[in-house]
Amino acid sequence: MDLSYSSEERAFEAEVRDFLENNLPDHIAAAVRSGGELTGEMMQEWHRILSAKGWLATTWPEKYGGPGWTPVQRHIFEVECNRFHAPRIVPFGLAMLGPVIQKFGNDRQKAEVLPGILSAEDWWCQGYSEPGAGSDLASLKTRAERDGDDYVINGQKTWTTLGQFANKIFCLVRTKFEGKPQEGISFILVDLDTPGIEMRPIRLIEGGYEVNEVFFTDVRVPAENLVGEENQGWTIAKFLLTHERTNIAGIGVSMQALEEVKALARKTRRNGRPLIEDPLFASRVAQAEIDLEAMKITNLRMLYQAQKQGYPGPETSILKIKGTVINQELRDLARRALGPSAAPFPGAITDGNLALSPPDTANNAARYFNNRKTSIFGGSNEIQRNILTKTMLEL
Amino acid sequence: MHFDLTEDRQMLADTLNRYLANQYGIEARNAAAYEAPFHDPSKWTEMVELGIAGALVPEEQGGFGGAGFDIAVVFEALGRALCPEPFLGTLLAARLLGAAGADMEALVSGETRYAVGLGEIDAAYDLDLIETAAKASGDGYVLNGRKSAVYGGQDADVLLVLAKLDGKAAIFSVEASAANVVGYGMIDGGGAAEVLLEETAATLLVEGAEAAVADAVAAGRLALCAEAVGAMEANYEILLEYLKTRKQFGRPIGSFQVLQHRTVDLLTEIEQARSITISAAASLGDEDASLKAAMAKNLVGRAARLVAEESIQMHGGIAMTWEYAASHYGKRLVMLDAQLGDTDQCLTEVMQSYAA
Repeated sequence: MDLSYSSEERAFEAEVRDFLENNLPDHIAAAVRSGGELTGEMMQEWHRILSAKGWLATTWPEKYGGPGWTPVQRHIFEVECNRFHAPRIVPFGLAMLGPVIQKFGNDRQKAEVLPGILSAEDWWCQGYSEPGAGSDLASLKTRAERDGDDYVINGQKTWTTLGQFANKIFCLVRTKFEGKPQEGISFILVDLDTPGIEMRPIRLIEGGYEVNEVFFTDVRVPAENLVGEENQGWTIAKFLLTHERTNIAGIGVSMQALEEVKALARKTRRNGRPLIEDPLFASRVAQAEIDLEAMKITNLRMLYQAQKQGYPGPETSILKIKGTVINQELRDLARRALGPSAAPFPGAITDGNLALSPPDTANNAARYFNNRKTSIFGGSNEIQRNILTKTMLEL
Repeated sequence: MHFDLTEDRQMLADTLNRYLANQYGIEARNAAAYEAPFHDPSKWTEMVELGIAGALVPEEQGGFGGAGFDIAVVFEALGRALCPEPFLGTLLAARLLGAAGADMEALVSGETRYAVGLGEIDAAYDLDLIETAAKASGDGYVLNGRKSAVYGGQDADVLLVLAKLDGKAAIFSVEASAANVVGYGMIDGGGAAEVLLEETAATLLVEGAEAAVADAVAAGRLALCAEAVGAMEANYEILLEYLKTRKQFGRPIGSFQVLQHRTVDLLTEIEQARSITISAAASLGDEDASLKAAMAKNLVGRAARLVAEESIQMHGGIAMTWEYAASHYGKRLVMLDAQLGDTDQCLTEVMQSYAA
């Protein structure tokens, strides 16, 4: 056991800081700092900068073009990126599809799909959930029927995050209609410019636009776009979701949120003293800080274990369950620290000359509401508990 | 950064776990823990021979450990077995004797059993508010006052006592036979004592002892956290087994989602407790040791009480019985919170770090 950074790890930290200082564009950092929506161009610009450095696919093994980092190096990179207000790396190609293709894809798919993700040229989005298939994902109904060398896809996907910027989508589709629902699902890659696909925005609780509905009407997709065997999709889907979880504790984001809460609470005064010295408020901050301190180590312990055994286990569900709740608590504290100043609705201020919220905090309530999603997406925290139950109780 | 135990520590853990499982199972434990002297002196001796005391003392002071992770390994094993042997006193004494540069041969060999008196009835955790006072007398000192919750004090040879000397914190050594020691057994097993000092002869060990006491408290809190982690894991295993085997409504009660999700929440908190204990162990002896130990004791206190209460509830009536091991785990997990600073006290200490 040793929690201190080795000299190599300290040197790596310095290298990351140096890179971020010199390569993260100011206009992007400012947008992240403000907590508002980022444009697709901003995200893509940052992806390309990381790609050029070889630091985009942080979890990929070296043989596929990843940097071959240890879990500790990934942790350092994540923390520093958040400290410098770098945008989150869009995970759908890098953290989800990439590992799937590496594990289940054939050589042609590896050669065609992986370079596009690595260079940030392709923007993948996810076609998993459906209006009738949320937590019960296996009940999905979007069908792919074989017709010659093609599959013909009909149905509807939803909650497709950042689909408005994507050029490709990976989908779970039903290829068998009898038997156990899990045994009739396939995993297929689709170009979004294929005729018959329509993407419609869903406006979210805070007013923002980040998710979409995707409609498929007689969409013809070459059969060679199938990943793995037909009807093997459920295995792939589970593999993908396990990989997603190793990146989901949100340690870097929460560390940054904690700093923000403390900074706000030092500036704001209540009952004649800084809010941070108010016992009720400070006790909530302290408890969140303690939980986060533990979570940092839980995250590293589990990533370390995953690396040792070669794959992430079901215990990584703990990272999702606890990591999201800590992050939500911190966003709640930030909102509460602002008090009534959190209320002005960005974009709905009639006199633009009058600053109603302190600078950099205008989106705080919006971020609080938006962040309620984290305990729902990627398998809700209740589904994570079901996953853990299965392994623990062996019932 | 890495998360592997050294080979030596892994061996110590294996040795202790094996000894405790074979020689100090729950029945032997209960027989010793609730009857005077509230531990088993012969087992104490055997455990010292296995190296427990030496593992709590640094090499340059005659032991072979003394680092945060040595302490964590020892107390996790003790907690797993609910061991009532008074090694917390050994640890606290080792820290204070180390600060004094005193000889520790008798501590490491187990020849002398130490207990440490820090808090008092009106100053359980606020150690600057204690009233026990020392004054010079002849070549030495005498103490007046009353120390409370002296863990292991019911069967100690030597007491190390925190007292004010000219208004400042100091540590004195007192022969147990020279003080009025009122021993008692605790509700969760093991023993402690009230120590009444009336013109009691004492030897000055550490003057200006704030830093030494802070170090001892940080080490003691770490030990209690590790003990709780061991006890929580053992309690959790008992609960899991019960959920799998106990049938109601014609099926195992573990098949009910309302119990499944609550069980997962316990697992989550136990993992968090282990993590924060690692954080405290890594920091022991560093500048932020007290802060990290306070953080750990706060989280562990919350987790331990949750595990205890939920385990009792989910078991149903059986865990309310003396007969069933989980009831004893539950008591220990709840009551150790009050030792050396509870969740509220520790949270307050973390909050104080925010004040400019």
